[in-house]
Amino acid sequence: MTTKLLNKLSSRQDLEALRKELVRKRKTDKPTISLCNGTACRPYGCLQLTEAFKQGLEVRGLTAKVELRVTGCHGLCEKGPIVVIQPGDIFYQQVKSDDVPEILSETVAKGNVIDRLLHTDPATGRKVVHRNEVPFYLKQQRNILGNNVEINFNKIEDYISIGGYAALARALLEMTPEKIIEEIKSSGLRGRGGAGFPTGAKWESCRHAPGDIKYVIVNADEGDPGAYANEGLLSGNPHSVLEGLIIGAFAVGANQGYVYVRNEYPLALANMVTAIDQAERFGFLGDNILGSGFNFNVRINRGGGAFVCGESTALMASLEGKVGEPRAKYVHTVEKGLWNRPSDLNNVETWANVPLIINKGADSYRTLGTDGSKGTKIFSLVGKINNTGLVEVPMGITLREIIYDIGGGIRDGKKFKAIQTGGPSGGCLPESLLDLPVDFDELSKAGSMMGSGGMIVMDETTCMVDIARYFLSFLEEESCGKCLPCREGIKRMRQVFDEITAGRGSEKDLEFLEQLSLTLVDSSLCGLGQTAPNPVLTTLRYFKDEYEAHIKEKRCPAGVCKALTHYYVIEEKCPGCGICVRECPQEAITFMGKKKPVMMDESKCIKCGICCDVCKMGAIGKR
Amino acid sequence: MNEKVTAIINKYSSDRGQLVSILQDIQAEYRYLPKDALLQVSETMGIPASRVYDVATFFKAFSLKPRGKYVIDVCLGTACHVRGGNRVLETMERCLAIERGQTTKDGKFTLETVNCMGCCAVGPAVKIDGDYYGHMSTDKVDGLLAKFE
Repeated sequence: MTTKLLNKLSSRQDLEALRKELVRKRKTDKPTISLCNGTACRPYGCLQLTEAFKQGLEVRGLTAKVELRVTGCHGLCEKGPIVVIQPGDIFYQQVKSDDVPEILSETVAKGNVIDRLLHTDPATGRKVVHRNEVPFYLKQQRNILGNNVEINFNKIEDYISIGGYAALARALLEMTPEKIIEEIKSSGLRGRGGAGFPTGAKWESCRHAPGDIKYVIVNADEGDPGAYANEGLLSGNPHSVLEGLIIGAFAVGANQGYVYVRNEYPLALANMVTAIDQAERFGFLGDNILGSGFNFNVRINRGGGAFVCGESTALMASLEGKVGEPRAKYVHTVEKGLWNRPSDLNNVETWANVPLIINKGADSYRTLGTDGSKGTKIFSLVGKINNTGLVEVPMGITLREIIYDIGGGIRDGKKFKAIQTGGPSGGCLPESLLDLPVDFDELSKAGSMMGSGGMIVMDETTCMVDIARYFLSFLEEESCGKCLPCREGIKRMRQVFDEITAGRGSEKDLEFLEQLSLTLVDSSLCGLGQTAPNPVLTTLRYFKDEYEAHIKEKRCPAGVCKALTHYYVIEEKCPGCGICVRECPQEAITFMGKKKPVMMDESKCIKCGICCDVCKMGAIGKR
Repeated sequence: MNEKVTAIINKYSSDRGQLVSILQDIQAEYRYLPKDALLQVSETMGIPASRVYDVATFFKAFSLKPRGKYVIDVCLGTACHVRGGNRVLETMERCLAIERGQTTKDGKFTLETVNCMGCCAVGPAVKIDGDYYGHMSTDKVDGLLAKFE
């Protein structure tokens, strides 16, 4: 139900009166079903589940008596769809449509807990009833992402009822732009997009840059493969980003803002469109916002699937309707950016931190984190880890805590090998660095970077040479081609990797790779080329033994590189069930009779790995 | 002048800064970017055809060739890669007898790759016709494709 507004909110009193009314409505004892509809829950069928809840409530005549809150990402995506029921804070995971009648009749109606839907603590085997006891959440500090659970991602009323737009009112009506910038500077907030530039300083430069017309931009072109932290925030709580943006616009003196959203994020895009529309109707956007005299409008632009557009100058070129090619930054974008005017561009998560700082004050914000990195950081914890999902942790937490305490350790009892942060610009860190505190400076010192928040865990079955090759071929495809070092250098490096992974590498290659890497770092035009060698340099630094195995022994220890891997039947494990015989597309495996191991003809094998995937007995080996 | 294209351009008030969005909408309508539509955009909006072509070929999301009834996006983001996304792609290529970027002869499937769809937690992930499929493996490919008969 949308609250009918005859007039826009034109003062702080209006906003507070509305908030009071919304809080009063919300504070009834109405049971609430908070149901994740985030992108990662989509493959689990959360949309069908939502429909099942709607119908179940209707059939029971409960539609008006129970609130069904469709929300963004709850974080523990591995176990989705997630459902949290109030009162009681009961946490259910992997919920199916068939579970709905029982949830309604037992949990919602009587408060009884359904055992089979509870989360099991992997460490103790104990069932956990309440959300705040789930080990995945215990070490997290979900200051930004936590509100996802509290609000329907398409209801501005929900956002207002939990204190939304209070920071905006405070900033516009009680603070001067200078005071806001001072507060952001003093909070120690650094850009969450990757490089960690101090946000307050950026705003200040933009404010002082000459020119009457200025712009503020949300960079939601989260292109790092394996990172969806911005997606989870933008789709789950779009108003928090918008509120930060409006405050920033007031601080730097901009009246026009842009949200540049990645085309691959349809949910984030749709929810942002809705949020902007609502903010306009409520008077948080438009003329004379909350009676302050400040005017501000926002427009959405969609990306076209180009990684380089995450780079600020390329993004701005794309906003002008041109191809997304970066330019040299002799003149910073805060002075001459979009349409050659002063432009302040920040990442989605940076913007969402702003209302928090204004509400709580810089002093309080600063208490969390390390000397050089304050606040929290959202990561997408994925790969070969038990609890995949979106996590938000205080800066300074160790990688080990993230992987083992929050992530629940490595999948399938395998051994940890590396953690990759910072996307294609970052690096792979080995086990010896697991006690590294996670902040901007420590990650950079180790040869990686914070990036926009991807954390991809790799185990013994991941080949580090293949990973370096993967990032190079990604960047080769995504290089815009404007400058030579990036365009040709990455390609040349990838060719060397092709040779190494095919078993034709030589020891001289490693020296050459290091040299070429340094050339790219020094001479590329933009961050894409300058940081492109990071995956190569870190794997060379920490996993040189794997390169040597490929080059000297012509062996891929992880069994990934096809040319160096051979599949074989482990006879003592093979019961002769014949599944692999049926599934092999090459007819390379022969059935030898009941209870006799199958036989593989290696000359026919194309190393597709299907036999390995279908064998329940682990009877297909790789060497 | 194609009315659908005109309507899309008008929706964005012929704003040149919205060229990418306009092309997105045209592609959503036709599943690819027809040459005539690109020329119409160029003429109506006063952007040289070469510039429109430049943008249409720079961004990965656009296709200048007609695409199949179902567009398959195989995610090759890092999280999907370490869990075998590439092998899922190879199996798709083999099952459909086409390579990435191509369309099956009967016009039913177009096989494309994408560098992250934002559901890394359930990788390897595949999107067909807007619906997401997670935890893919080589042995699930046949069954998944069979759903689209």
